[in-house]
Amino acid sequence: MSEIKQISLFVENRPGRTAKVAKTLSDAGVNIRALTIAEAGDFGVIRMVLDDPEKGYKVLKDNAFTVSMTDVLAVEMKDTPGGLYEIVNSLGESNVNVDYAYAFVTAKAQKAMLILRVDDIAKARKVLGEKNVKIATKEEIQAI
Amino acid sequence: MSGYWDPHIERMPLEDLHALQEDRLKSVVRYVYDHSAFYRQRFKEAGVEPGDIKTLADVTKLPFTRKVDLRDNYPTGMFSAPKSQVVRYHVSSGTTGKPTVVGYTKGDIETWSESLARALTSVGLDSDDVVQVGYGYGLFTGGLGLHYGAERIGAAVLPVGTGNTERQIELMQDLDTTAIACTPSYFLHIMEVAEKMGVSIKNDTKLKAGIFGAEPWSLETRKRIEDATGIKAYDIYGTSEISGPLFTECHVQKGIHIWADMFLTEVIDPKTNEPVADGECGELVFTTLHKFALPLIRYRIGDLTIMNSEPCECGRTHPRIMRILGRTDDMLIIRGINVFPSQVESVLMKIPEVGDHWEIIVGRKGPLDMMTVRVELTESGFSDKIGDLMKLKKNISKELKGVLNIAAEVDLVEPGTIPRSMGKAKRVTDNRKV
Repeated sequence: MSEIKQISLFVENRPGRTAKVAKTLSDAGVNIRALTIAEAGDFGVIRMVLDDPEKGYKVLKDNAFTVSMTDVLAVEMKDTPGGLYEIVNSLGESNVNVDYAYAFVTAKAQKAMLILRVDDIAKARKVLGEKNVKIATKEEIQAI
Repeated sequence: MSGYWDPHIERMPLEDLHALQEDRLKSVVRYVYDHSAFYRQRFKEAGVEPGDIKTLADVTKLPFTRKVDLRDNYPTGMFSAPKSQVVRYHVSSGTTGKPTVVGYTKGDIETWSESLARALTSVGLDSDDVVQVGYGYGLFTGGLGLHYGAERIGAAVLPVGTGNTERQIELMQDLDTTAIACTPSYFLHIMEVAEKMGVSIKNDTKLKAGIFGAEPWSLETRKRIEDATGIKAYDIYGTSEISGPLFTECHVQKGIHIWADMFLTEVIDPKTNEPVADGECGELVFTTLHKFALPLIRYRIGDLTIMNSEPCECGRTHPRIMRILGRTDDMLIIRGINVFPSQVESVLMKIPEVGDHWEIIVGRKGPLDMMTVRVELTESGFSDKIGDLMKLKKNISKELKGVLNIAAEVDLVEPGTIPRSMGKAKRVTDNRKV
């Protein structure tokens, strides 16, 4: 099973930096599926799910960004109350730690998608599979 | 291993060397007394006459010379030689106050070249080598100094000067450069540009030695350069007032040989002006023993170092000074504590997550001095977990505090954001209003 590659960037907290990231991706024709910015004072980390992570990684690196690729899970959530609870609760009960998570709603599928970075991706996959939670594939993310 | 340029002088028994120094000291004292109105006046004020200098130890009877004397006597008030004998001038940039002018007779240029010929030979260079001089040419002494030294040993000189970094790297490959002389910070920049160009200095060039100086740099930076490029990085020392770059480490890399037939070296406690023992840190004081346009008596350069008078395992008997710990002018006083940028560098370069470029910003927060150290995060140091980055920041702070004894704020910045330098790196910005 090939995992979804999240692109993470180190950025200084100053005007125009996020714009530069967006412009770089836009010029390369790479589409951002989901994005979150975690800030810690003078710097921050931008995390993104892209339609073409390899290409995005390359253009950002070529433009001198500090960038890394991380394996994450994209999990389909029911877009109703309790959707998130069901997922994180089963992971917690199985002792899988969620390092961070962020969600987005897909227009076509009318479903919420939760991006998870966990400390044990194989175990998370197994636990969620047992609960019949649908985990999106790379291709599905690409096709959104 | 490498040979000697002038084996007779370089390996001279200490007794003979000291006798030679004594002769030359007496001569230079007599010479400046007779030829420089400035020194005649100084000697009178100090109550000393040339006849009082009978042994080497008598040097302490002589008054000190300071940089301010050169400034006060701008441009050539301290010269001992008439203008007709001067064949060249160099002028320091004068970042603080007036610039200083130094002059050379034909013989002074010879001595300078000879000093560097010995030094370059001691790091294993000879007429088969191609020496790329990446120091500035012109009023700055670095470019022409190295140029003459390398020519004297018969090496081919590639006088590129500073800047044009991509071209430097292309020429390095095309002309089989084996040694480069530039500031260590500029070489770090060359390394970075080479990497971007897809050129491996280790595999795609014949570079084997770097002669780095004109700014203080740490052993940790040496290790980084050597590990990354496979070259040997040697420290070079000198300052324009005593001619320019003059001395390097030998291939043993255990201190910089100061040619004792050309200079008499003292290391003193800057507060008491008393000599400190071998192995103890103090301020470097030079008396020029074989310089005629602008000889200097007990010149206080302001650099802090440690002297080692033991003959070196390379066979040279001339004393060595250890890596320059800092210039008294470069020292920052932060909340009453002395901080040398070189100390900060040695801490940072041990931390693999920190890139090669960094800077110090000093400011005030209310009445309190604040020091911020800005470092570039390396690719390998980047974690997309904020917690890891915060931990890294904390760790750098802790390491700095361990060495400096004061707390420093650490900013992680993106690679490429700290200004690169072609010459002497500007590592410190002091925003405090004096």
